Amino acid sequence: MNFLFGVFVDDQQLRLELIAGLLVAVTCAITGTFVVLRGLSFIGDALAHGVLPGIAAAMLLGVSGMLGAVVSAVIMMSGVGIVNRRLRLSGDTAIGLLFVGMLSLGVLITSRSVSLVGDLEEILFGDIAHVEWSTISVQLIALICIALIFTICRRPFLLLSVDEGLVNTSGFSAKLFHNVMMAMVATTVIVSFQTVGTLLVMGMLIAPAATGALFARRISSMIMIAALSGSISVYIGLLASYHYDLAAGASIVLTAVILFALSAIFAETRKSISRRHDDDHDHEHPHAHGHVHI
Amino acid sequence: MASVTATSHSPISADHLCVGYGKRPVIEGVTLDMQPGELLVLIGTNGSGKSTLLKTLAGLIKPVHGDLHLLGEHAGQLPKRVAYLPQHPVSSHTLPLCVRDMVAMGRYAHLGLMKQTSAHDREIVEESMTRVGIEAEADQPIRDLSGGQQQRTHLAQVLARQAEVLLLDEPTAGLDINGRKLVADLVSAERARGVTVVMATHELNDAEHATSVMLLAQRVVSVGPPEVALRDEFLRECFGFTQPH
Repeated sequence: MNFLFGVFVDDQQLRLELIAGLLVAVTCAITGTFVVLRGLSFIGDALAHGVLPGIAAAMLLGVSGMLGAVVSAVIMMSGVGIVNRRLRLSGDTAIGLLFVGMLSLGVLITSRSVSLVGDLEEILFGDIAHVEWSTISVQLIALICIALIFTICRRPFLLLSVDEGLVNTSGFSAKLFHNVMMAMVATTVIVSFQTVGTLLVMGMLIAPAATGALFARRISSMIMIAALSGSISVYIGLLASYHYDLAAGASIVLTAVILFALSAIFAETRKSISRRHDDDHDHEHPHAHGHVHI
Repeated sequence: MASVTATSHSPISADHLCVGYGKRPVIEGVTLDMQPGELLVLIGTNGSGKSTLLKTLAGLIKPVHGDLHLLGEHAGQLPKRVAYLPQHPVSSHTLPLCVRDMVAMGRYAHLGLMKQTSAHDREIVEESMTRVGIEAEADQPIRDLSGGQQQRTHLAQVLARQAEVLLLDEPTAGLDINGRKLVADLVSAERARGVTVVMATHELNDAEHATSVMLLAQRVVSVGPPEVALRDEFLRECFGFTQPH
């Protein structure tokens, strides 16, 4: 039992890491649900990589990495908007251009500074081992803000997931609520990068939400399943990292992806059993449904 | 179901309306003056401009030029009183929504961001599902339904708005013969209570009970009562063939 639970009681730093990880899991569950439903993975991924130069520059200047990430995210989103609107290039092209441009700039900044070369790995893959209460308080505030935004904007967000035109014809502004949603994605990336890294944060945004999508019949239950799946991934990932000396961020994200794969196998098996059962029922009671198909 | 309250404004009025994207016109010279309970059917091939005109009426696209008013206001200003059914609404296979929740989205224009759903709203949602015959699937996830059942769900969503103007873009798409009859009956019932309907379709049969028909081919080929607008010369001009008599 000590293997599973005791380590979190005995090790204070590991407890902090668990709290930080759980906050990331719940934040990513809310945001990730809409990333999955609206197919925003590419822009989310680009945003996650696009914050790199801001974080690197902030570290060089000795200010908070989160502040640098905010500046980078704003530049990235504005840039995507400008390229998209002014140059009339497709959204994908605009995102791709800004994505590689910002990533290259980030690598250039880190490569010019000897002190930052080692930090690049921590930015990309996370540095949960150095998480502090100050980070956790920022994550908690971000989670409360994101939960509030979801509560207030759930109706236009739902409409956005079905059809953008439906948002406008229902009296909401599709543009405004799309931008609010993108701000949610940016905030999630910014407050999660220390825990799982900018490269792996997308894993926490997508994998638990995709697991939720397999079983849920309502958005709220999709978020709850995603939060549960993400939290389990954090717990197992941290345990694996502690006992087998593995990279924590990668362990968490890999666990989330494995949980998705197992859930998908379970869901498909359940579906085929239910289909077979229905076929058997139809065979035994061919007129049971009372519908006439022409 | 209650009738639509009479208003002094025409449900839809357009004067020399030009619709298109940006400054590029798709259809020019559209003039309309619809009265409550009328049905205008837009007919044309793919790319003829039917959806562009409907999107303009719904306020999703700004007119290139010309005058357009719905119930006395500019298009898109009255979401509670105008409902729009888009062509092929996306029912993503990942969308974890049951039919009832999807239909309830039709009430969002009345509820705004924070207003709680009332018993009256829930009653309207149940009634809308019954009207399109999907009440038995109310708790089914929409992703598990057939294309026809999904289309019925979207129709129920539009009905749940309880609007005075319905803009329907190919409402019979994906529906079998029973589904097509259902749409025709629903449109008749809505018109009977004073709702004005504009419907885009490929099917000439859908124009049978229309007040007027507009034949489109990136321009207005003909407009008027079905027996006038669907004359052979216009059909030949629009489609390259005529209907068998």
